[in-house]
Amino acid sequence: MLDILIVDDSAAIRKILQRVLRQAEIPIGNIYEAGDGKEALETLQRQQIGLVLSDINMPNMNGLELLSHLKATDPWKELPVVMVSTEGSQAKVLEAVQLGAAGYVRKPFNAEQIKEKLAQFF
Amino acid sequence: MENRSQISREEVIGAIKASTEEVFSTMLGLEIEAGETPVEMAVAASPTSGLVTLIGLAGPWSGTGSVACTGAFACTMASHLLASPFENVNEEVLDAIGEITNMIIGNVKTALEEKLGEMGLSTPTVIFGRNFQTRSARIQEWTVVPFRCGEETMYVQVCLAPTAGESPRAVRLGFQIPQILAI
Repeated sequence: MLDILIVDDSAAIRKILQRVLRQAEIPIGNIYEAGDGKEALETLQRQQIGLVLSDINMPNMNGLELLSHLKATDPWKELPVVMVSTEGSQAKVLEAVQLGAAGYVRKPFNAEQIKEKLAQFF
Repeated sequence: MENRSQISREEVIGAIKASTEEVFSTMLGLEIEAGETPVEMAVAASPTSGLVTLIGLAGPWSGTGSVACTGAFACTMASHLLASPFENVNEEVLDAIGEITNMIIGNVKTALEEKLGEMGLSTPTVIFGRNFQTRSARIQEWTVVPFRCGEETMYVQVCLAPTAGESPRAVRLGFQIPQILAI
């Protein structure tokens, strides 16, 4: 059972992702939420998170800054981070992948796209 | 030079239609129909009550994207997005409309970036009230696309212009064309 952290400055998107994850037939433990990268780091220091879903455009610390920090810091170097963002250009996807993103889902998304992208982690 | 690229009004309209229809079909499960696409000044296209959401675009081209609708239609959109009924505009509805705008304008941006170069996107600002006006501090044309959904009309608008005299790297992300709000 993996604990999942959803990082997005929109409460609406966090709620939608919670619903999609709960309805997916995958073994999920607890689901935690953070409103930006800094909040995400605070949660990661307190909880054993197995997978992160992160937006890119957020205040304080954006998703790519969070990704860079995690990939450079023990014990999170191997923690899979899937980006979920409106940023859909090839350049932005490539940047995320080069920084170590384990996947990329473009908003708008449907439940099947999220489930398909996460299946590899369960 | 990327910042000398040009883009036609038809390309902007096409990007707005494709993005809005995709967000509505994928995230909301609502059918919408695009109407005529006049070019108006911001003040002429803006409603005087309801919700207006603004997102700044910055890069070699800069400007603003906007979505405007009534409070009732905002509640309808939020109800479909969050699978919860909303009868009045509250924090959840405002957040939902901000995110819907973010997805619509974000995907317009992605579509236009192929010709205009990479642009940054600000976080959305949502305004809700009565008897207000928004207008651009610059004299500039907005591309306005109205969408019909049942009895409601929603306006998606984009205003973009080359960022003159500035290096794209020097442009601060945010509202490059300030909106003036009068309530």
